[in-house]
Amino acid sequence: MSNAACNCCGAGSDATTSMDNPAVIQLRNEHDVVAARQVVRTVTQHLRFSLVDQTKMVTAASELARNTIIHGGGGTMQCEITQRDGRDCVRLVFEDQGPGISDMSLAMKDGWSSGTGLGMGLPGTKRLVNEFQVDTVPGQGTRIVIARWK
Amino acid sequence: MGECLLITIQVDMHDKLALALQDDLTAKIYATGAKGVLLDISALEIVDSFMGRMIANISAMARILDARTIVVGMRPAVAITLVELGLELPGIQTALDVERGMQLLRRGIGRHDVDG
Repeated sequence: MSNAACNCCGAGSDATTSMDNPAVIQLRNEHDVVAARQVVRTVTQHLRFSLVDQTKMVTAASELARNTIIHGGGGTMQCEITQRDGRDCVRLVFEDQGPGISDMSLAMKDGWSSGTGLGMGLPGTKRLVNEFQVDTVPGQGTRIVIARWK
Repeated sequence: MGECLLITIQVDMHDKLALALQDDLTAKIYATGAKGVLLDISALEIVDSFMGRMIANISAMARILDARTIVVGMRPAVAITLVELGLELPGIQTALDVERGMQLLRRGIGRHDVDG
């Protein structure tokens, strides 16, 4: 299901409703990366993030959605509206059951790439968000949580 | 000026479409003998590392085919995000809009190599 519609931000819904109903996007191919971008755009617009903050969060989502597909062999993105210290916050969880990241310190090094990008992936994405957390188990998968608040 | 190609990206491109654009554009440069390429990205709401690489590739491929590329219309929020992401697109020539990009091509400013 490459569904661009946003479950957590439908017309007329508010943040309280959406917290009960986070959106989950399947990530399997390049079309799903576009869908993930659109969901994050819709949600950050809904919360009236500044244009720069919207752009940063959408870009971060695009990077991680692609990683999930290319390196993780596919997975999901969960998009949740939440609160952080009384501020509206968008939290994204990317999960895959892929090979995991064998050397985290290397993966977080600027300029390092396993081959498909420019080596900006994880460290660059970290700079675009307020919170960035990676849990990875070699052979079992990777879970990356990012959040940005107003 | 008949020697320029104007490419306007108007959709949120998925990755395969971006790769197809590289192929189509290089074929078009070869077929037309164009000396200049204006790549209008004003409709793009984001440029991530994949799209950034595509833009760099297009510029490099065009240069090898004897055409200059000028990227025009990047939104301010996109520029801010790209730099924070670590993608400063060295060697890529830019202009604020199509008209200024066209002037740049026409005047042949920066005809010297801009290899970053």
